[in-house]
Amino acid sequence: MSEQSATLGREDVAHVASLARLALTDEELDRFTVQLARVIDHARDVAALDVAEVEPTSHPVPMRNVLRPDVVGECLGRHEVLAAAPECEDGRFKVPRVIGEAP
Amino acid sequence: MSGPSTGWEIVVGLEVHCELQTKTKLFCACPNAFGDEPNTNVCPVCLGLPGSLPVLNEQAVELAMRIGAALHCEVRSSSFHRKNYFYPDMPKDYQISQYDQPINVGGYLELPDGSRVGIVRAHIEEDTGKTSHRGESGRIHSADYALVDYNRSGVPLVEIVTEPDIRSAAQARAFVAELRGVLVAAEASDARMEEGSLRIDANVSVRAEGTEQLGTRCEIKNLNSLRSLGLAIEHEAARQVAVIDAGGRVVQETRHWDEQGGRTVPLRSKEEAFDYRYFPEPDLVPLDPDADWKARAAAGVGMLPAERRARLAALVGSPTSQQTDQLQAAVDQGLDDLVVAAVEAGAPAGLALVRAVNELAVDLVAARALDPGSFAALLQLEESGALSPTQAKTVLATLRDAGGGDPGAIARSKGFEALAEATLEGVVRDVVDAHPDEWARYLAGDDKLAGFFTGQVMKATSGKANGKAVAGALRRLRG
Ligand SMILES: [Zn+2]
Repeated sequence: MSEQSATLGREDVAHVASLARLALTDEELDRFTVQLARVIDHARDVAALDVAEVEPTSHPVPMRNVLRPDVVGECLGRHEVLAAAPECEDGRFKVPRVIGEAP
Repeated sequence: MSGPSTGWEIVVGLEVHCELQTKTKLFCACPNAFGDEPNTNVCPVCLGLPGSLPVLNEQAVELAMRIGAALHCEVRSSSFHRKNYFYPDMPKDYQISQYDQPINVGGYLELPDGSRVGIVRAHIEEDTGKTSHRGESGRIHSADYALVDYNRSGVPLVEIVTEPDIRSAAQARAFVAELRGVLVAAEASDARMEEGSLRIDANVSVRAEGTEQLGTRCEIKNLNSLRSLGLAIEHEAARQVAVIDAGGRVVQETRHWDEQGGRTVPLRSKEEAFDYRYFPEPDLVPLDPDADWKARAAAGVGMLPAERRARLAALVGSPTSQQTDQLQAAVDQGLDDLVVAAVEAGAPAGLALVRAVNELAVDLVAARALDPGSFAALLQLEESGALSPTQAKTVLATLRDAGGGDPGAIARSKGFEALAEATLEGVVRDVVDAHPDEWARYLAGDDKLAGFFTGQVMKATSGKANGKAVAGALRRLRG
């Protein structure tokens, strides 16, 4: 993490909130900007440690290749699956109209 | 339309998604099946229900490594990331994919014309569910609502990303056709574009011929066939050239191929560029196949199309350009094993190739099941002159429909007895007597008239005479 990361702005928080589809009020934006900045600052503390002697890892658990055989198992019943949906039609989940294509 | 106006060069890179032929999905034990009743192959994992955990399918990894080996990639240790976005076909609101550490990097695919297309990467990811837009027109923008089927959600995919090495619509089509052959040979995917198990996006840009700098590219989606791929690239390149010629600038955007309208149209412009906020998938540990497993996967790659073409070319000797097309067709149609087996059973290679590509290809399923011994025996009868080409084709159709048989017996049952030599000599003599002027010119050295006499003999024998035998008889009469 670079040196400037301490200056997390209100716009950054608004941007992240919109990506996460969160509608934040002005008051919430102010509050979360302070809180998030504190989290980022903490990451900066960690980044400041001398880790030259530490082997880089991509995962905290020292395990690799956790795999399962390609064997078919149980599925859920469709009735049960669709029972959890607010709306369904033709055995499918009914959702509001979608704008644009999947990214 | 054959591309942009002269002076411009098309530059294309492709992103190909192929569904892997596993029994189960990538991270759960639901069946990986096409065409089942909606939402019957689903479970908490592929529905993204809280508390469910993904476990990686060993066979999906093996098939991904096979693809890497077939594309001459370096197969390495890799890890998974979450790609975050909101769309109803992705119930977790993130797709598990490989980001900065893909399993396969840096390969190439050589096309039949000898050109090479570089492969940047071929990584593992999960497929999304299938959304059908409902409303009066059935089109996306005017749909009233959508219906989602999650049977496809979590199906294993490999996404193959090429370098921008492709220079024409024809080359793009050739690449996909060759890649399809490779995927099928590796038994990694059935690679059916019409069923969506092979899906293509094309990044298209144009630049002035002779320049190095890449132009601004547009990504074209919805390319469901080789035909759409070719047309979309040509139309998009022409559109970009027109924009530049009119003094404008190409805007980087995603466009949709409108099959009916024969044009690319921009997708509704996004309020902000996609920001997927990739982060490491905490529920999956790194994947680090050892050398043995990599070698086993590579050994699972069957004979690739290039090797199959070379095998046929070696049988033919030095193929003519027509034979080069024929042997490529034989490989594309999966008839090369039959040709090879027939040649091993004594058939002449050139004739086996022609009859396979021209006569047998009308029913590929039956043709692939044809007994090579019967095929070879028929070709020998044709080669020896016992059957004329027309008769041989008729007998071959019967053999194909029956899966095999005794071509000699079939020929006799159809009355295709070859004319006895003496009978043929008599017919040839009659024809010669009936055309004294032509015969005189033939005797004087006008060899073109051999064709005339052969035609007359064929007419007199209703096609039963063999061309070579007629030529022999003519030569003998000439003395
Ligand atoms: Zn599942």
